[in-house]
Amino acid sequence: MIITTNLSKKYNDNLVLNIDSLEIPKGQSFGLVGNNGAGKTTYFSLLLDLIQPTTGFIKNNDIQVDESENWKPFTSAFIDETFLIGYLTAEEYFYFIGELRGQNKSDVDALIAQFEDFFHGEILNQKKYLRDLSKGNQKKAGIVAALIGNPEVIILDEPFANLDPTTQIRLKAIIKDLAETKGITVLISSHDLLHVTDVCERIVVLEKGEIVKDLKTSTETLKELEAHFSGSEAV
Amino acid sequence: MIKQFIRLEWKSFTRSASFKVNLALKILMLLGALFGILYFLALGVWAYFLIEKKISPNPLGVINRFLIFYLLADLVMRYFLQKMPILNIKPLLYLPLTKNQVVSFGINKTILSFFNIIHAFFFIPFSIVMLFKGHPFINVLGWHVAILGLIYCNNFINIFVNNKDVIFYTVVGIIIVLGASIYYDLFDVTVYTAPVFQAFYDMPYLAITSIILAFILYKMAFNYFRKNFYLDAGLAKKVDIAQTDNMTWLDRFGSVSTFLKNDIKLIRRNKRSKTTVLMSVLFIFYGLLFFTGSIEAYDGPFWRVFAGIFVSGGFLFSFGQFVPSWDSSYYPLMMSQNIRYREYLESKWFLMVIATIVTTLLASFYLYFGWQAYAAVVVGAIYNIGVNSHIVLWGGAYIKTPIDLTSNKKAFGDKKAFNVKTLLLTIPKLLLPMVIYALGHFLHGEVLGFLLVAVFGLIGFMFKNKVFEIIEKIYKTEKYKTLAAYKQKN
Repeated sequence: MIITTNLSKKYNDNLVLNIDSLEIPKGQSFGLVGNNGAGKTTYFSLLLDLIQPTTGFIKNNDIQVDESENWKPFTSAFIDETFLIGYLTAEEYFYFIGELRGQNKSDVDALIAQFEDFFHGEILNQKKYLRDLSKGNQKKAGIVAALIGNPEVIILDEPFANLDPTTQIRLKAIIKDLAETKGITVLISSHDLLHVTDVCERIVVLEKGEIVKDLKTSTETLKELEAHFSGSEAV
Repeated sequence: MIKQFIRLEWKSFTRSASFKVNLALKILMLLGALFGILYFLALGVWAYFLIEKKISPNPLGVINRFLIFYLLADLVMRYFLQKMPILNIKPLLYLPLTKNQVVSFGINKTILSFFNIIHAFFFIPFSIVMLFKGHPFINVLGWHVAILGLIYCNNFINIFVNNKDVIFYTVVGIIIVLGASIYYDLFDVTVYTAPVFQAFYDMPYLAITSIILAFILYKMAFNYFRKNFYLDAGLAKKVDIAQTDNMTWLDRFGSVSTFLKNDIKLIRRNKRSKTTVLMSVLFIFYGLLFFTGSIEAYDGPFWRVFAGIFVSGGFLFSFGQFVPSWDSSYYPLMMSQNIRYREYLESKWFLMVIATIVTTLLASFYLYFGWQAYAAVVVGAIYNIGVNSHIVLWGGAYIKTPIDLTSNKKAFGDKKAFNVKTLLLTIPKLLLPMVIYALGHFLHGEVLGFLLVAVFGLIGFMFKNKVFEIIEKIYKTEKYKTLAAYKQKN
């Protein structure tokens, strides 16, 4: 589904991302982990054609993202609050995204009805604009908006950060469901090793922009990751 | 402690985003500031002689008459432009400083504000000239000190009223009502206020009252913030109560309606865009300067068209020049969604056309000044819709200034919006219709002049598709630069 070839990104002389080759098959739940500045958000921004690659390219379903825009109809993302329209209420925002993705109001209503307990009564009918919601609630709205319109690829940057424990657990169930039963390719990044091993079939570790590990998740994965990040590499 | 505070201030000043511009612009800004100061200085020095020669042998009396308006206008200016000191002290809250220290620092800071100092450039030279003209020192001093006190009263009042729109609109209302009633000889407030200012001169010891008043206001501002010095009180962000409106009546516009609905919400729910609408309403009255013949220089016939363009195009200019910056805070979303640029642009265009038509209808009172005046407005509207709407959108594509919708900062122009490209674009926007009109006017008469401008507007209308194609291309080629620029928040 997503094929990355010779991709690199430089700011001045500073190489922030350098991936020779990375292939993510359809329906995989893919996790990206790494410390701050490892290049996770840079990779996602390149995937969404928000920044230009220095070399190489990414193909999303055989469409080279920096040359054609035809990947947009089947790709959705929530990276940060710049994906929210602050002066809309959550409902208005969902309908707006829905309209852009060819969904009518009842389609959107049907979809968000499934997330009632995820919202925990704090998103809908709040008489508040998105800009006045708390960070965690903003994130919930953004994540659910990314599910509107039957996307085939969903990209979520740090979806667990700022969420309360209950919501984190619910979100894990949602993400698992997306990949396992609906065949959606889900890409997430996270600092939380436990969550990411719970949710993802495959985990890639980035360090200073390079892939240093590419693991198929097993019972050993969490230990291996913990060892890696604590600096005492298990052999 | 004070030393630390001052160092913080200095850093926030020298590292502010507005200084991070290239050298040429820095020099330009410096020149601009210098000219501003010189202009005020010259005004201060010459005002006395000018008034003495042209209006009245008693310049101080004239100044005293208008001082009330000067002070009220100052209050309005401050409301728009002076930043509140309280906003950026949040990081100091949990540090080992007493609250009194932090609050008084915040308020003391405003004492040295540019908005207070600028007045010195007028009043000090004016007072010196008065001395030279033989006014007794002690009286001039009393008057001068009293004004100083009143300006500081404004400063502290502004701290109170900040973010309270009601008070602001009241003040604007008062100014308009008082001004109008003087103009129409109904009621002259200056009859009552001028003697007060005159009293400061006649009885200089009275100046102490204005100083005391300023001091009281200072204490009140201090207590107000000291009492509300909590994150959920005085330092809290104002939360608006959301109103949901699906605006189904807009669905008739078809595919454009998605964006049109959003744009209308954008305008209605954000401070910055509301200011823009307010300004465009003020533009409707701009034509009065021309058609009442109050300014001699504007009496040439082609100035009518100039006025007509501005009267009908206030919204078009003030809103249109910042497309797509209005959407800057969520531009990454727009760029990763299925956005059809054509519909996006079309929606903004629609909005400008609707606004232009509405303003043209509102401006029908210009008929009072003769059919030529209103003809100029109507013809200006046609030209605005046909030609200027395209040019404004085209120019906007090059402006990469992120807009903070929730604040009025920079609502009155931004140096980044001022570049060679936008400057060149004013030629077709304003000069061309004037030249066209002048041609028709001098060849045959005013009717031909108006007709020619209208015809040009209609011709421009036919190029809409072509222009939109060009703008679409610009949007695509500039995409990454625009995204990067919007990311840099000030």
